Amino acid sequence: MRLAFLLCALLFALPVVAQPTAYIGATIYPIAGPPIEDGMLIVEDGRIVEVGPVRTNLRPGTQQVDVTGKVIMPGLVDTHSHVGEGDGGDRSAPLHPAVRILDAIDPMSDSFNRARAGGVTTMNIMPGSGHLMSGQTVYVKPRHALTIDEMLFCDDTLRGICGGMKMANGTNSIRSNPGPFPGTRAKSAALVRSLFLKAQQYQEKKEADPDHDRDIEMEALLEVMDGRRIVHFHTHRSHDILTALRLGDEFGFTPVLHHVSEGWKVADEIAAAGAPASIIVLDSPGGKIEADELYFITGGVLEAAGVDVAYHTDDYITDSRLFLRSAAFGVRGGMSRTAALESVTIAGARMLGLADRIGSLEAGKDADFIVLSGDPLSTYTHVEQTYLDGEKVFDRADPEDRAYAVGGYEVYRSGATHHHDH
Amino acid sequence: MLRLLTLLLLTTSAHAQLAVRANLVYTMEGAPIENGVVLANADGQIEAVGPASSVTIPDGYQVLDAAVVTPGFVDARATVGLSGILNQSQDQDHLDTSGPIQPELRAIDAYDPTEDLVDWVLGFGVTTAHVGPSPGAPVAGQTAVFKTAAETVAEGLVEEAPMVVFVLGTGIRRNFDSPGTRAKEIAMLREALMEAQRYAEGMADEDEAKRPSRDLRKEAMARVLSGEAAALITAHRAHDILTALRLAQEFGLRMILDGGAEAYLVTDQLSDQQIPVILHPTMIRPNGDAQNASFETAKLLRDAGLTVAIQSGYESYVPKTRVVLFEAGVAATHGLGVEGALETITIDAARILGIDDRVGSLAEGKDADLVLFDGDPFEYTSHVCTVIADGVVVVDECR
Repeated sequence: MRLAFLLCALLFALPVVAQPTAYIGATIYPIAGPPIEDGMLIVEDGRIVEVGPVRTNLRPGTQQVDVTGKVIMPGLVDTHSHVGEGDGGDRSAPLHPAVRILDAIDPMSDSFNRARAGGVTTMNIMPGSGHLMSGQTVYVKPRHALTIDEMLFCDDTLRGICGGMKMANGTNSIRSNPGPFPGTRAKSAALVRSLFLKAQQYQEKKEADPDHDRDIEMEALLEVMDGRRIVHFHTHRSHDILTALRLGDEFGFTPVLHHVSEGWKVADEIAAAGAPASIIVLDSPGGKIEADELYFITGGVLEAAGVDVAYHTDDYITDSRLFLRSAAFGVRGGMSRTAALESVTIAGARMLGLADRIGSLEAGKDADFIVLSGDPLSTYTHVEQTYLDGEKVFDRADPEDRAYAVGGYEVYRSGATHHHDH
Repeated sequence: MLRLLTLLLLTTSAHAQLAVRANLVYTMEGAPIENGVVLANADGQIEAVGPASSVTIPDGYQVLDAAVVTPGFVDARATVGLSGILNQSQDQDHLDTSGPIQPELRAIDAYDPTEDLVDWVLGFGVTTAHVGPSPGAPVAGQTAVFKTAAETVAEGLVEEAPMVVFVLGTGIRRNFDSPGTRAKEIAMLREALMEAQRYAEGMADEDEAKRPSRDLRKEAMARVLSGEAAALITAHRAHDILTALRLAQEFGLRMILDGGAEAYLVTDQLSDQQIPVILHPTMIRPNGDAQNASFETAKLLRDAGLTVAIQSGYESYVPKTRVVLFEAGVAATHGLGVEGALETITIDAARILGIDDRVGSLAEGKDADLVLFDGDPFEYTSHVCTVIADGVVVVDECR
């Protein structure tokens, strides 16, 4: 008895031997290729090792999970989210290049449950749009975690680049009683240009004198200008979109355009600039002047023009739990099914510079995937399971997780009250 | 504006005799009809509904085909037309904050039938809307029911003042110094209702000389006391819902619950009184008093035997209005199914509003309000391709 116990304890004390798991029988949307009926996904050590049709001669020791009748696709990539109760720049200035939202996020915020329940496995958490530059965004996986470090893509929060840079133009960052804030669009652009000019001058000084004092604001802008830190640019109106592109052109960056409500008016210009568009579905236009011509057609029009299109939740503007609905509304508005499925997976991954790790089901990539009850774009489909690095982080069959998916009494206690200017 | 142009273009076909053929017709009067036909007469009313095998399309009828046909939707609680698309002060007439208790404010005096948001919801099949002030004051004013395709209030009016909007909970506090607490609000409401009781008694005096002079506020409140107007009481938290029931009981109000995020906790009490519920939009953001909202509330309330409608409600930001077709769709996949979800935006909404003699189902003699789809009505990727209001095609592009 005692021996058995000891043996048992010893077994468990051994380092976990990576055991491959094969998910067998689902329709698989690898995104990297056409759908596979009766497919098989093999995962080992947090990575995907194989995606393809079912085969029988599996490696001995492979755990088999029957997912017949289900649909498997990559975990969703949300290019613009506000879960986690983070914040960004304060009222002291309109531009905060050194401010990092990773210093503010609560990893234990229950708002991450909305993301897991919606099948979101990577998100770009952003500070708000009330500033021309509200700070550095952060790319995270919504792991059950105590520390933000456990959720990040970067290894080193001190020297690594852990996210993008949030910028905004149009009305949100304009104040009628400005103080340090701009009162007009022209002033908005002038403030941004002056800051980037200062960064160029800092670069020259730094090159001339490597011992020049560090300036963490300028350093972040240099990362933008040399292409290592992606700008995520909130912009609605067609002329504001073109202004964002003009600023990028002047200072050597190609922004990811966000919201892009009137993108359908300037689709060719966006395509010519090579700028991707991360867009939102709202159930009606309006609510703010800049969004009064926001329609479901934007995704399809941009796709036709050759623009890389992703959808985002802007959670809590739209609910992470229903993120797939956005892609489906893209199809309703004229997008192809293929582009719509890419828009919540690989296209978003590209916009975050993470397409080598996430966004499609391919050998070598992170084992982030979701199991669906049916067609990804159907109203009647539910996210049944969400896997992060091969580990199940949401299971609708579990009553607690199910509550996160549907809501109810005291299911959510924090996070949902976050409000920001969209 | 766009619709005005469309209407002008379509006037040639106005009140044509129409025949709509569909693979599936949801009449809301029983099981859906496969291969069904709906005929609309020149008066804009439904002339016949039935399977193609038994309804012959008379010569000269304009024939329209669809995958699925439903009745025109009835949005049981909307603010479109009072709340405009721009969200600027000039197009926001959904709430007056000069006083906490203003039952005399009439929706008919503020509703703009040409507002873009009215067109927007019409484009997704809403042919009838119960429009009233947003839930931001203890007594926010009177509602009205309109046909959304109409270009003027007079033309579109279905019910002039069916309900008065009452609001409980914390949502009103930002707008007023007082009431600042729940208890104070109820005290204020009880005083206003008692004042109206005395007014009504005075007005009933046989001696005309003894009657008080007319007072719009007390008159509007007296209509609620007499049951002529229903009390549409917004309450999300369970204890606020129970307070609403207490208030309704004290004054004998004909209560309809609005919002109801935690109504699933008090289904017994609501069932006892047979209180109809105009439920919040399914996709309401879970915050404030509605923090405990659930996608499954409509199902739980219907399971308890309650009559439930799903509303578009009021939005202070983006999206500026919700669309009941989409809200019912999310409820459909959270326990209601297609027919149950359709009921919440057709016949049950019409019943709660007391207009089911005219709208809410496809039956002979009812208004010819129809929505034509190219697929399952709630599939995200389906489209509303035609909307017919009172026998006139008012939307004819898929969206």
